[in-house]
Amino acid sequence: MAIESQEQSRAAARAEAREAAREAEARELQTWQGQVEELRGLVSDRALTGETLLLNMGPHHPSTHGVLRLLLELDGEEIVTCLPDIGYLHTGIEKNIESKTYEKAVTLTDRMDYLSPMSNNMVFCMAIEKLVELDVPPRAQAVRVICLELSRIASHLVWLGTHALDMGAMSVFLYGFRERERILDMFEMLSGQRMMGSYFRPGGLWRDITAEFGPALADFLEYMPPKVEDYELLLRNNPLWIDRTYGVGVVEPEQALAWGMSGPSLRGSGVNWDIRKAEPYSGYEQYEFNVPLGDHGDVYDRFMVRIEEMKESLSIIRQAWSKLPQGAFRSDNRKFVPPPRAELGQSMEAVIHHFKLWTEGFSVPDEEVYVAIESPRGEIGCYLHGTGGNTPRRVHFKTPSFMHISALGKMAEGHFIADLVGIIGSIDIVLGDSDR
Amino acid sequence: MTASASGRARYNRMQTTPAIDPVEAVRGAMPQAILDVKAFRGETTLIIDPAQVVAVARYLRDTPGLTYNYLSDISAVDYYPEATRPGRFGVSTHLYSMLYNRRLRVKAYLQEDEPVMPSLTVVWPAANWLEREIFDMMGIVFEGHPDLRRLLMPEDWDGHPHRRDYPLGYETPMFSFNVDDINQHKPYAKA
Repeated sequence: MAIESQEQSRAAARAEAREAAREAEARELQTWQGQVEELRGLVSDRALTGETLLLNMGPHHPSTHGVLRLLLELDGEEIVTCLPDIGYLHTGIEKNIESKTYEKAVTLTDRMDYLSPMSNNMVFCMAIEKLVELDVPPRAQAVRVICLELSRIASHLVWLGTHALDMGAMSVFLYGFRERERILDMFEMLSGQRMMGSYFRPGGLWRDITAEFGPALADFLEYMPPKVEDYELLLRNNPLWIDRTYGVGVVEPEQALAWGMSGPSLRGSGVNWDIRKAEPYSGYEQYEFNVPLGDHGDVYDRFMVRIEEMKESLSIIRQAWSKLPQGAFRSDNRKFVPPPRAELGQSMEAVIHHFKLWTEGFSVPDEEVYVAIESPRGEIGCYLHGTGGNTPRRVHFKTPSFMHISALGKMAEGHFIADLVGIIGSIDIVLGDSDR
Repeated sequence: MTASASGRARYNRMQTTPAIDPVEAVRGAMPQAILDVKAFRGETTLIIDPAQVVAVARYLRDTPGLTYNYLSDISAVDYYPEATRPGRFGVSTHLYSMLYNRRLRVKAYLQEDEPVMPSLTVVWPAANWLEREIFDMMGIVFEGHPDLRRLLMPEDWDGHPHRRDYPLGYETPMFSFNVDDINQHKPYAKA
């Protein structure tokens, strides 16, 4: 009798525990799913009643180009609302730079837009150079232009490959990465690193171009133009490509400006604004090049603009290489630029400068500047505020991907999910760039 | 082929009125809004009353001869711990005029105990995420913003990381002598 009652109570306890576990699981499930109520005002009221479907796309979706999460409200296959959610790749680069000296911070900027690190180096170095009025010798400026245009081509190749891959064309991806490899090899010859080179430093470059870079670049300039033609021919008149891109994701020029779009995505809508032309930096005014423009502002136009840009970039590189000036590769202002290694053996002055620059760094005034350049994705801006000491008070990067993702929600409305993939590809986003 | 090297510009950029000086224009139209003007390294900064930022932005955008039609960037800076400026926070709005190819910075100082200013989303939709980022990172509240949630940090994050009194986080390296100490407060993933 006693044993039976014991067993009964044990069974009751087990049942209770099971019930508690089930309840806990149900609670967990509820918090994991989130409350639809929280989205009131952001999605349409139809989503709150369950009439339309709320679907999470990403952050681990292959066609979101990184860790971008999109909360989609779907009516059938049609997108009613699209809420982009970023921050999954936030690395606190801006906060970190506040505790670094200026020259050390250059390495951090590489890691923002990891498809064109040179543009990030460039805008940060230009902000420092403007703040302390540091000169950059002509040779350094020309090499910078060559590097920037090479990274524009490299970045556009990755964009083209992934964009086409998202739309179902596998081979362009393989070709694009094959050619990009040659560019990365050249970056390795210059900086010792394929991607995160930190080759640009305040006042010029880390070192002069190496002996093997010249022949490699000459080879590349022979090799690349027919390849760009090939990609264009693969896709330009491809009926499948045209079906997927014509009239998809149309952005009117006024809308594009209001949303803060820039670069090829803006020029696809026909707005003729290229910072290389409007506010020339690093000697861009010496080179002749066209600014390709689109007519309709759809995915196809943005595609064609970038293809044409690659050809223009090749022409800029050719011009810059043919008249590459001789001379110093970095400024000789010893208050900001370290002396050459060889001088340290003979000059006490050089030793002092070297020691000061590599321990304390240099000081910049307690003032603010804003510098913007044309990165492969659009206007990348650097707001730099000094403290009067050797670390910045605040660095803020206005990045094109950030602005484009914020506009993505509006661009996607009314399109099918399959077109959304094309639209994401056509604005060429890099999540490292947007999250920083 | 729709896009070409010679594609025609769809956006009309004809200059119909000559450019006018933004400082003089704003000073004439809204004398109470301008607190100070600063020029540094060829950049002009209008320091304005934060309550007037929307009116000034509208004026700069819509006045012929100014037409600052593009919002480049909004950045916030924290002047803590120095008290040499009119306020703890500075919010700099960077405008660009495609018509006249020039830039202008409009800056507002905000006080530590009341970091609130009107939102520019009514003038430029592009301000939406830029202001959300500043709210997230600096804790500056933009009144009238349609969707002021955290953007980069998780929703339940404490504090605003880009404030100068917010420390950079460090993790104590784990050695055999302090392994128990660290294990006690280390947030391991729960099964």
